[in-house]
Amino acid sequence: MLIKRQPDGIDLPFPSEITPRAIFESRRDFIRKLALGSIAGSSLIEMASRAAFAEPGVQRLAGKPNPNYVVPDKPTAYKDATTYNNFYEFGADKSSPARYAPAMKTRPWTVAIEGEVKKPMTLDIDTLLKLAPIEERIYRLRCVEGWSMVIPWEGYPFSELMKMVEPTSNAKYVEFVTAEDKETMIGLRRPILDWPYVEGLRIDEAAHPLTLLTLGMYGQVLPNQNGAPVRIVVPWKYGFKSAKSIVKIRFVREQPHTAWNVAAPNEYGFYSNVNPQVDHPRWSQASERRIGEDGFFAKKRPTLMFNGYNGVAPLYSGMDLKKYY
Amino acid sequence: MAFHPAPRRLAAIKTVVFLLCLLPFAHLVWGGFTDGLGANPLEFITWHTGDWTLYLLCMTLAVTPLRRLSNWNWLLRLRRMLGLFTFFYASLHFLTFLWFDHFFDVREMLKDVLKRPFILVGFTAFVLLIPLAATSNNRMVKRLGAKRWQWLHRLIYVIAPLAILHFWWMKAGKHNFEQPIIFGSVVAVLLLLRLIWALKKRWKERVLLRGAA
Repeated sequence: MLIKRQPDGIDLPFPSEITPRAIFESRRDFIRKLALGSIAGSSLIEMASRAAFAEPGVQRLAGKPNPNYVVPDKPTAYKDATTYNNFYEFGADKSSPARYAPAMKTRPWTVAIEGEVKKPMTLDIDTLLKLAPIEERIYRLRCVEGWSMVIPWEGYPFSELMKMVEPTSNAKYVEFVTAEDKETMIGLRRPILDWPYVEGLRIDEAAHPLTLLTLGMYGQVLPNQNGAPVRIVVPWKYGFKSAKSIVKIRFVREQPHTAWNVAAPNEYGFYSNVNPQVDHPRWSQASERRIGEDGFFAKKRPTLMFNGYNGVAPLYSGMDLKKYY
Repeated sequence: MAFHPAPRRLAAIKTVVFLLCLLPFAHLVWGGFTDGLGANPLEFITWHTGDWTLYLLCMTLAVTPLRRLSNWNWLLRLRRMLGLFTFFYASLHFLTFLWFDHFFDVREMLKDVLKRPFILVGFTAFVLLIPLAATSNNRMVKRLGAKRWQWLHRLIYVIAPLAILHFWWMKAGKHNFEQPIIFGSVVAVLLLLRLIWALKKRWKERVLLRGAA
């Protein structure tokens, strides 16, 4: 047998040979599930056939497709949607979240719901998963930077959660607070934003049927870089309004101080509705590049008002959307 | 440490530097054919060409100080090539803007330039680079005369800060100043060295003049 040795006599594995921690841990998770499954008497064959075990670490979560929420556009490739992300807690580069986020532990996970509600409560992720029937909705996603994707999300309307906690009449806004895990979120070391990440919606925006409390995408649980284990998706607003990896939801009286709005108020408004008529100071918002489709030989495609979700227009009747951008 | 390569050696060094300078471009071509430029290839190309313009600008500006500190006068023989590669990547960077952002609609492009300060600054830096690239050959040096040529090429002391400002403003909206600070410091040091040396020279000349009087 041929044994390769380093000239210095010290045998150290290449970094690329070491199993990434996330995969290592998910393997344990897999074995545990397998054991639990056999104890519970469920068929091992059925378990092994589940997509959850075809791709280690990615658990299946397929909601019933809701035909009212589909778009004619082709969904973005899973690979693009999971490797090209803005999640500044895991670094400012688009490729950083896919690299660093898998180390974040998403179980156990709880979401505290507090503030102006009759029934404040802390829900763990398993409760959230069962709170309402999961449905699949295909939404457009428009990033403030001028690119867009089409993503099948798995979740249920945020209003289902609101029904449960019963906001008081003082609740005018909802604030979403993202996790602040100093160990895995390497981006927290830099003061790019005033951490933790805070986003917010007006209460009627939050209650709108389009606003989706999201637990999965592409028929699987959310990958960490896409905001696991639970996030919000608000398809008519620029992507950064849809807070990821939520640990706290607060119902409040005043407009929340949201992260990007605090960092650069002239560039990122509180509302940040997708609006082709209101330019970002550094680029036009009139058009966008669809990831995976718009390439070298085509013009960028026009951006649609409210990202094409015109049903939300009544929420803003009488408002000057140039002023409240 | 004295190192003065013989002409043949120098030619070899120049060839190696030339090929190295082409690597970032080769990366784009290779990546373009092998789906290796990520989910948003057009953005990747825009950033990559911008980054390499700055790298090469810094290297070009580093030639004179390095030469002075090391007494490696032959380094000067690489300066023109580095400067032209700076222009090459700046041109590609501008082309990505005209192509990917405006699909060759020059009027729309110019409107965008005037509307957005960070683009205006970058565009100005690029336009100012054109006369430098155009007068880079020996014939033009002769035609202009060494003095005038040198004055013209001092434009780079305006271009470099404009390029840094362009990069700085581009990153400002996201409070991501790590890279702009690095590039800015490098350019600042390279320009400051020149300023210090120029002041020293002037001071020396004055002392000499006084001595002669």
